[in-house]
Amino acid sequence: MRDLAALLAGIVFGLGMTVSGMINPVKVLNFFDFAGTWDPSLGVVFACALATTAVGYHLVFRFDRPLLDETFHLPIATNIDRSLVLGSVLYGVGWGIVGFCPGNLMPAMGLFHNGPWIFVGGLIAGLAIARYAQMRLAELNSATPGAA
Amino acid sequence: MGELVRLVWGDRQVSWSDDSGGTMTEFTPIEAALGGLLVGTGAVLLMALLGRIAGVSSIIRGVVFPVSFDDWSWRAMFIIGLLGAPILYGLASNTPLRFDLPQSTSSLELAGAGLLVGIGVTFGCGCASGHGVCGLSRFSARSVIAVTVFMLSAAATVFTARHVLGG
Repeated sequence: MRDLAALLAGIVFGLGMTVSGMINPVKVLNFFDFAGTWDPSLGVVFACALATTAVGYHLVFRFDRPLLDETFHLPIATNIDRSLVLGSVLYGVGWGIVGFCPGNLMPAMGLFHNGPWIFVGGLIAGLAIARYAQMRLAELNSATPGAA
Repeated sequence: MGELVRLVWGDRQVSWSDDSGGTMTEFTPIEAALGGLLVGTGAVLLMALLGRIAGVSSIIRGVVFPVSFDDWSWRAMFIIGLLGAPILYGLASNTPLRFDLPQSTSSLELAGAGLLVGIGVTFGCGCASGHGVCGLSRFSARSVIAVTVFMLSAAATVFTARHVLGG
């Protein structure tokens, strides 16, 4: 049941990416190209998605728990640290090179063009490298008390 | 404009070109608004039903590095839904889907950009969907910082690629 619900949510989310044209990476890049071929579409997608989610979450959080799970799984971190900022810088550069973020990449893979599939190879390698680095950093920090 | 490649599902088709850096795309406010509404609805559904944030990068991470089968299967199904969406759209509509890669994007650039995104979302704890849509709508301060930083960083990258290096 949970799996079916997740499938449904994924289809709706992916249809949004498809209908809005965000599945096309050049349309994404054009949003950032104020000095050239600017296309404000991504801004409209973002604003509408944000408004829908803000209202929807507000309603959902009036309940004690989700329909198919015991509890809401929400992030607990609240601190702004170097990792958050530097990670976001790197992410922005990667996003700006091709115009793929994970959200529009997955539906784009459904088009069976080789581009998104090559990108996802790099993405998985990046996830693995960063995961390894995070574990090493955690080890180093616990080995040297007082180090940040 | 490069050669158009066409993928056909029955009589519906998707077209794409590999040579369109700096190409105009049409401003499509109606489709964008409708798409945004659907993206938001998908995110709300996932929270209402499973109590999960629709952060696509975190969901992919859970598929690639599984914790338990129970935690893996819903993530995999969400991803299958994302992949299946354009196929369903292609079958249901007659509108051709446009898909362009930036001018002469090599496999190396694709993989390199993917690598940066993979490392970035791990340390930054999220992407446009997790921080941008779900985080901002929960008024998370971390997400406000992350979104501001990656939007500026993406804009600087596009400016450099297109207007400094002349892509």
